[in-house]
Amino acid sequence: MMFLLSFWTQDYLVLNKTFTLNNYIEAFTQPVYQLLFSRSLYISLTVTFFTVLLAYPMAYFISFYGGNRKALWLFLITIPFWTSYLLRMFLWKVILGYNGVLNSFLLWLEMISEPLTFILYNSNAVIIALTHGWAPFAILPIFVSLEKIDRSLLEASRDLGDGPIKQFFRVILPLSMPGVVGASLIIFIPTVGDYITPKLVGGTDGLMIANMIQVQFSKANNAPLAAALSVSSLVIVAFISIVFVLFNKKYLRRY
Amino acid sequence: MGRSGKFLKIFAVTYLIFLYAPALLLPIFSFNSSQIIAFPLSGFTTGWFKALLYQETLHEALKNSLIVAASSSIFATILGTLASRSSSRYNFPGKQFSLTFILAPLVLPEIIVGVSLLIVLIQLGLPLNLWSVVLGHTLLIMPFSILIMNSAFNNLDISLEEASLDLGETPIGTFRRVILPLVYPGIMASLLLGFTLSLDEFIIAFFLTGTETTLPVYIWSLFRFPKQLPTTMALGTILILVSLILLSLSEYFRRRAAKSQTSLL
Repeated sequence: MMFLLSFWTQDYLVLNKTFTLNNYIEAFTQPVYQLLFSRSLYISLTVTFFTVLLAYPMAYFISFYGGNRKALWLFLITIPFWTSYLLRMFLWKVILGYNGVLNSFLLWLEMISEPLTFILYNSNAVIIALTHGWAPFAILPIFVSLEKIDRSLLEASRDLGDGPIKQFFRVILPLSMPGVVGASLIIFIPTVGDYITPKLVGGTDGLMIANMIQVQFSKANNAPLAAALSVSSLVIVAFISIVFVLFNKKYLRRY
Repeated sequence: MGRSGKFLKIFAVTYLIFLYAPALLLPIFSFNSSQIIAFPLSGFTTGWFKALLYQETLHEALKNSLIVAASSSIFATILGTLASRSSSRYNFPGKQFSLTFILAPLVLPEIIVGVSLLIVLIQLGLPLNLWSVVLGHTLLIMPFSILIMNSAFNNLDISLEEASLDLGETPIGTFRRVILPLVYPGIMASLLLGFTLSLDEFIIAFFLTGTETTLPVYIWSLFRFPKQLPTTMALGTILILVSLILLSLSEYFRRRAAKSQTSLL
């Protein structure tokens, strides 16, 4: 249905149902859409990178040093995420704003003399909020893949003379790659289409493609273009995900 | 624990603080007497909670949300139970395909689900009201419900079913008196999780709702008024408590579902 609609055009109030590619041509050639697509991808990839980077040591710690408190640690991680996504993102707006909690706190302690502005209503703010919001979705898959590693393999590599660092890069990291790939996809796919976060903390420099889809749908009253944008973003996301998975398979085969 | 272990532990604790920080602000500022959300704190008040009592639109939105959450979690659980029952016991052509198809909303960005549903509804000429939101939420919750019910049905020993049939129960009687009680905790878990998900969901409700708003849509509209911020914080504190309770209950039933299977053997 959406696929069909993306090939039609909107003539004010009625739909013109003749087949056309104009929506797609517009979606891919207009600078504003190109900018939004590339910004969405940039934000989403950065978020994925940082979330996985931060989540890996956490999952590693729980898996290898968690002892019999593993369940407790996992429970502690998931608690904050039982609250509404909307509220959590709204809280980031309150924290990062010009007179926000962070700035007023630092001013109060006299650690800074002027409010920080680089985290204010731009893509950095979106990245911070999303990196926080999607953390458990990265920690859990990585933890599961670390748990699956046969501990005797680690002994074997130690016996064969690998130091801790070499062991990590040659045994643990390659074996936990499925979890890392899973985590990356789980974060990358939904964040590209996130609407709430950019709208709340992104200001005008942090808006993403989902915001444009919504505007085209309601205010601009151009549903076919919105549909074309949705389909395009779906295709782009699917394409990047597939490339990512294939690249990983190829890389992993070396081991 | 070696040196690297200690280092990792410090990292883990810091990370945990980062994860908790935003949620902790809610209770702090919902009792703060200043209207501006900033440090230093000015004084203790419960006024923001009292203000919540007098907001008609809030009560209306809450009522709508409860209707939507209750109906969509019930629909999704019924459909999910049927789907996972048929997929765990029977084989039929196209089974894998239809299962993948039903689970698709799990991996699609929500805005895409919302937009496509809106297009379908408009093309079919259906009105946008609470029932269209129920439809959207049912679609969203169903994958979760299927996953929960799948594990409940997979733990079910098929010999119990056969025993009941051998002892003269009709298939319907078997389902009602043997299968249903055994998967009951799974059903409760699915209902509670669905209820919580629907109560929280914003994008689909935002797209599909007509004039009646649900609670998240109402909260969204509050964000535009700086005056309302502390009240919003108070509302958020209450919501966190409610979803904590609901999810603990859901987890409790899920554990019991897993345990009741093993205790029978």
